[in-house]
Amino acid sequence: MKFEKFGTGIAKGMVVTLKHLLRHPVTNQYPEQRLNPSRRIRGNELVWSQKRCTGCGTCAKTCHQGAIRIVTSPNMVSNRYEVVEYEIDTGYCIQCGLCVEACPYSALYLGRTFEKAKYRRGELVQSKEIMLERPDRPVSGYFYPQFAEKLPRQTLLVERITEKK
Amino acid sequence: MAEANFNVISQISPVTLPPDWPGGFWWHFLVFTIIIIAFVMSMVIGFMYFERRAMARMQARLGPNRVGPFGTLQPIADAIKVLLKEDIIPTKADKIVYWLAPVVAFAPVLMIFAVIPFQNGALLADLNIGILYVAAVASLTTVGIFMAGWSSSNKYSILGAMRDIAAVVSYEMPLVLAIAGVVLISGSLSLNQIVLTQDIPFILLQPLGFFLFFFAACAEINRSPFDLLEADSEIVAGFHTEYSGMKFAMFYLVEYAEAVAMSAIITTLFLGGWRGPWLPPWLWFIVKTGAVFFVMVWVRTTLPRARIDQLMAIAWKFFFPLAVINLVITGVEILFFPVALPWVMVLINIGIAGVLILLWSRFFQIGWGRVEV
Amino acid sequence: MALKTEPFALNIGPAHPSTHGVFRMRATLDGEVIVDLEPVFGYLHRGVEKLAEQRTYTGFIPLTDRLDYLASMSNNMAYCLAVEKLAGIKVPERAQYLRAILAELQRIASHLIAIGAFLNDCGAFMTPILYMLREREKILDLFEMASGQRLTYNFMRIGGVSQDVPEEFLPALHRFMVQMPRFIDEYEQLLKENEILIARSKGVGILPKDLAINSGASGPVLRGSGVKWDIRKADPYAIYDRFGFDIPTGIMGDSYDRYRVRVEEMRQSLRIIKQAMEQIPAGPVRAEVPHLVHPPIGEVYARIEAPKGELGFYIVSDNSIAPYRLHIRAPSLINLTALREMIIGWKIADAIIIFGSIDICMAEVDR
Repeated sequence: MKFEKFGTGIAKGMVVTLKHLLRHPVTNQYPEQRLNPSRRIRGNELVWSQKRCTGCGTCAKTCHQGAIRIVTSPNMVSNRYEVVEYEIDTGYCIQCGLCVEACPYSALYLGRTFEKAKYRRGELVQSKEIMLERPDRPVSGYFYPQFAEKLPRQTLLVERITEKK
Repeated sequence: MAEANFNVISQISPVTLPPDWPGGFWWHFLVFTIIIIAFVMSMVIGFMYFERRAMARMQARLGPNRVGPFGTLQPIADAIKVLLKEDIIPTKADKIVYWLAPVVAFAPVLMIFAVIPFQNGALLADLNIGILYVAAVASLTTVGIFMAGWSSSNKYSILGAMRDIAAVVSYEMPLVLAIAGVVLISGSLSLNQIVLTQDIPFILLQPLGFFLFFFAACAEINRSPFDLLEADSEIVAGFHTEYSGMKFAMFYLVEYAEAVAMSAIITTLFLGGWRGPWLPPWLWFIVKTGAVFFVMVWVRTTLPRARIDQLMAIAWKFFFPLAVINLVITGVEILFFPVALPWVMVLINIGIAGVLILLWSRFFQIGWGRVEV
Repeated sequence: MALKTEPFALNIGPAHPSTHGVFRMRATLDGEVIVDLEPVFGYLHRGVEKLAEQRTYTGFIPLTDRLDYLASMSNNMAYCLAVEKLAGIKVPERAQYLRAILAELQRIASHLIAIGAFLNDCGAFMTPILYMLREREKILDLFEMASGQRLTYNFMRIGGVSQDVPEEFLPALHRFMVQMPRFIDEYEQLLKENEILIARSKGVGILPKDLAINSGASGPVLRGSGVKWDIRKADPYAIYDRFGFDIPTGIMGDSYDRYRVRVEEMRQSLRIIKQAMEQIPAGPVRAEVPHLVHPPIGEVYARIEAPKGELGFYIVSDNSIAPYRLHIRAPSLINLTALREMIIGWKIADAIIIFGSIDICMAEVDR
């Protein structure tokens, strides 16, 4: 090893590090400041619409993990073919979104949450009552631009000017 | 013999403590032991926090800021966590040596502080061979580290311990020769006298000595850019791979306490110790030690680490000749220009230092290449 | 009287802070010098090629994400190109341009991690890698805007791209392109002339030109040894023949050259993205392809220039909804062929650096 540049390479590096002392840090204090995730975030949970679902099973066939379970039966009382059970095991689900793309009746959407951890593995299986559309289960705009427009804008790091200070 | 003709002002600080304060040998010993232990512990904790925050700000992030106001209690939280961990001893380890190693590594570091002056005359023992005592005691830590590496019966540990011995032994020479330059100018080995003779801080009179001492100290205490001892990416943690719990905490403390000790010694030898205009002397001491430590942190954040054979080559082929030349030039100046104005010597010395570093870096080549197998 | 020394075996083992993944090197050491090396891998084998026979063509795309998880878009693109070549599907123009932009952005992101991890192995304690992760965050924000996820995108489909990018994508991309060259200059100032880095990596781990070609290396490893071979110029796929860019090559084939090649490739990727952004037309982004694709009976091999080298997919189809056999030519595995020749004779510290400069991802090696 020769000190070919007489130590100027090392000195230049140390100037860069010192300059960073005077800049804003780029990290985020998580529980107090939450950034807006993308409008198309493929969250942990799914949202199902009972009105539009016909029990065709395309989503279950498309899911390559085998995480969707559908049980249907003809209901003699109300004279309708209805979906008795609709369960998604979110432990198997990898949030790829292929089921959402495959549904021909637009009855399945991805949710926006990413903070829903559970304590027991059994609680990860979501049955149809949990998955119904509700105001507190926001729907993500993945594959459905009409929902994406109504969601807040994503925070981008390129727009936070950190190098001027 | 021609002494350096600097005015020794012994009344610069209004309070001069007698060597027996507060009365009797044993009281003096007890009070100062408590002061030293308290000082070392609080400085280690403060420096740990300071290093994490400063390094984090240089890396565009914040440091720890959750535990306590602005994260000041973080080192204490780390200490409590480490104390609560399970103490695992490998079955093939040499039990007595394994148990003794952290103690042997930590005791000499505390002993260094016995001769460092916090104020005029405020030392545990004003030995008149002060700096020689420091140089002798500071290398005893290596014995502890080798004991740790050997008794762990782990190939990574023994590799780390061997590297450490090679590094420390190699860097003793430039360290001691840089000290010798300072001693020549001040005329005494006692640290209190060295501070008292520094009208001009010796960093200006001995720039080359400062440069050599700083990097040799970094190598002695295994900090970047010479921290191949505990190189995370190569030998998983070097000599303290098999340690957990309080023994690991002792090794961690040893690293920071040695950093504090070396910063304190650099302050005393080169920056003027406790001298300064308005603040109380012990506060100046802490501020200067902190400044030296900041430079160590800055170097650690920026530079990658050197390899073991490059480390040894830098010690023997780059630093050692420069140290000898520094000593010779200092001796010549003292002998032939005893009445020269100090500022002329400053300029000459800085010029010589710059020229030597440039020349040496141009002409020397170190490190082996590939070994034929 | 000579000292008698005995070599001993050391396991630079699967669980090590700095092998990139679970990779085991069984080294025989004499002092600190490595005299023999035996690489052992397979700790991360998941049977991806067999799983392909049980999923449909479209259902396999999420699994290709997880091959080289640091360059998901390139993996998706290689697979979709292979199936489209076999089935004869034509991809619309806007989708081609979007694919090119996303693949080049992915190349920048992957090289940032490669350089950062290499410097971390050299010992620079996280500072360079944190600076590079900051730029990678900006790229990941763009990917999140388009596809919804930050690491495993599942964005390309057979016949195009899954959906059109939102309208704030191109302005944000333009803003990123304006800021990025300055940051690359800052990294160069930090590291390019650093004497310790040069001492650690120049002349270390030389891969001679003929050995590189004979062992099948590709990507920056091959270009660092002086061979000017880039699939985007030699065998152009998609629309890469419409862009003008250079191919950086090294001179000696040591670790320092591989690092320089990656930095220059980042600059060339910025050039390609700029040209693509100017030329992109409007239009559909997905061809009319049925959900279950039935390619005709036959076999195909398609390859792209992934950030780590030449990534190829070999598919044998028998006109059903799943491939009959699918094989992945992983660049990281083939680049490791010459590992033993590169490392023997150096010390342990150099072994880690040489291994880091090849830049592998264990998920690709083991599949």
